[in-house]
Amino acid sequence: MSRSISPADQAQRLLVLEAGQTERNYWADLWHYRELFAILAWRDIAVRYKQTVIGIAWAIIRPLLTMIVFTVIFGKLAKLPSDGDVPYPVLVFAGLLPWFLLSSILTEASSSLIGNANLISKVYFPRLIVPAAAGVVALVDFSVNLAILFGLMGWYGYVPNERIVFLPLFIVFAVVASLGPALLVTALNVKYRDVRYVIPFIVQFGLYVSPVGFSSEIVPDDIRFWYSLNPVVGVIDGFRWCLLGTASRLYVPGLIASIVSAGVLLIIGVSYFRRTERTFADII
Amino acid sequence: MSDTVIRVDGLSKRYVIGHQRPERYTALRDVAARTVKAWMRAGADVIRGRQLIAGDDVEDFWALKDIAFEVERGDVIGVIGRNGAGKSTLLKILSRITEPSEGRVEIRGRVASLLEVGTGFHPELTGRENIYLNGAILGMRHAEIKRKFDEIVAFAEVEKFLDTPVKRYSSGMYVRLAFAVAAHLEPEILVVDEVLAVGDAEFQQKCLGKMKRVAGEGRTVLFVSHNLAAVRSLCNKGILLAGGKLVSSGSADAVIRCYGNTSTAGHEIAFAATPDRPSILSVSVDPRALIERDLVVDIAFASPRPLHTAVGGVVLRAETGEPVWGSNNRFHPSGETVRGLTSGILRCTCRRLPILPGTYHLSVWLSDWHEDLDAKLDVLTIQIGEDEANHLRPPPSALGHLDWPAMWQSTESEKATAA
Repeated sequence: MSRSISPADQAQRLLVLEAGQTERNYWADLWHYRELFAILAWRDIAVRYKQTVIGIAWAIIRPLLTMIVFTVIFGKLAKLPSDGDVPYPVLVFAGLLPWFLLSSILTEASSSLIGNANLISKVYFPRLIVPAAAGVVALVDFSVNLAILFGLMGWYGYVPNERIVFLPLFIVFAVVASLGPALLVTALNVKYRDVRYVIPFIVQFGLYVSPVGFSSEIVPDDIRFWYSLNPVVGVIDGFRWCLLGTASRLYVPGLIASIVSAGVLLIIGVSYFRRTERTFADII
Repeated sequence: MSDTVIRVDGLSKRYVIGHQRPERYTALRDVAARTVKAWMRAGADVIRGRQLIAGDDVEDFWALKDIAFEVERGDVIGVIGRNGAGKSTLLKILSRITEPSEGRVEIRGRVASLLEVGTGFHPELTGRENIYLNGAILGMRHAEIKRKFDEIVAFAEVEKFLDTPVKRYSSGMYVRLAFAVAAHLEPEILVVDEVLAVGDAEFQQKCLGKMKRVAGEGRTVLFVSHNLAAVRSLCNKGILLAGGKLVSSGSADAVIRCYGNTSTAGHEIAFAATPDRPSILSVSVDPRALIERDLVVDIAFASPRPLHTAVGGVVLRAETGEPVWGSNNRFHPSGETVRGLTSGILRCTCRRLPILPGTYHLSVWLSDWHEDLDAKLDVLTIQIGEDEANHLRPPPSALGHLDWPAMWQSTESEKATAA
């Protein structure tokens, strides 16, 4: 029922709109719009699985086929060593799992603002919600992949040890590590539409320079620290450390390097996004 | 305590636009030089983090310039003005979609803006799902939508199709559902842009009624419309914009009258060409013919692709806002029609329009027979016929705008029946 405005509503906070003024209560606003975030994420997931024939199956087929190809190329043809006694397919899949999470957050987020151009130009809300909600879809696929990995480990009779309790921490790390670059390309994509052609290339390239198909143990010790500046290295090493039990050792300086560089990327991504988001409606 | 809920001061909004300089002939050297220059500027823009603008000359365009006004709690304000006057830009700033270039706006209270019905509707989702989605986008809480769900469904009259994807809805159902969600918003300040121009007449009446009730509850409403009749019946105050400037503000009636007087901008108007899509270049009316109540309108157009059949439309609206007469060469086909034009002039001639002498607003459309390509609403304000004061005739509000003579006879009744 319609109700008239209660006196409590009238004691309103004052909103001031001025040129070049960044939102003072941006993060409070973001919290205020959490329901919109939830419903946009739900929409993206619902739409993705509506009217698709293979739906979830696609989330299974893609990593499985990639795993088989990588096992054959890196494990059988190149004869790269695994971590200890870990079956090579399990090693590869434990790397693919975070890799697909990172790359799909990057891909989904980068096109999300353009895909929601009508919302951006007609309604106000913190724009950060849109790429973040798109990232949630990647988490759904991730949980499917995680189930596959457990199936695969069961098949090889490989049981993870107690380190698996740290897995949620590394999932958070993976999301944070992908959020920085994702926000940067998302904002750039609004302004310069050719950025979207660069993203498949970055994803392709990243798959080979990151230790997805091989163990980062084979990286020579003198460059391993520098190699770990790629945050994906830290994420994948962390996943393997959690999932593959005692066979996998954690290279701590490398992990710290990855965390620091992911943090720097996040700061750059968020600040660039926030600086440009006020003009999105004008140029989208 | 002051009861001002919106205070706008020195508000300006600048857009940067680019122009292409036309050349008389194309030479490879010029094209190469221009391409290099464009690339260099694009490079500089990327480095400075600015947006890219196509064109040789870049120019500032002020969509709004130095606007100042205040809105009291409970005011229902009609924002009127012609196309390009800056109405939509003003609403976009007030609803925080875009930020001002200069000036300051202070807002006290929760703002909900309705710049379009059905924002964010997803065709694959069902009606039920879209109600929740659209409600959340417009700023409603989940619990709030849940509470009003039945009311929304009843208002939209779509009970039977709640679990059907909206892509299978008829356009009428779609619009009704979209408006129903919007109509159940309960913000302190409501910003509405022209959304009443949807649906059939009956539904429009329903929407107007709903808007009136919202206004009656002491909410503050800013309402942009071309429909002066709606503004008059809904609003107590008005703001008139022209060319990005505030021309007049005050009571709705006074502002509407002012609109009628100031927008008489002659008998011809030209528009900037948009090379990438079909557009109307200019509209002109023969002023001499108007005296005899003959309407001769020329619509010049250009299109990047040949138009199947160039269709022009004209509509005259009375000063009170309602349409009086209209025509297009689709339902009034006559005269010569050349097909496959990429540019040309559509001339509409109507002899002895049977409407009351007075001031009317002319709107024109361009279409290719299948869909509307361009529209210029209320582009010219014209005086039709000569105002001959007929004090005996009641005003148009009582008798309408048609001026068509009737024969009257009086005869004496039969005496016999009275006896």
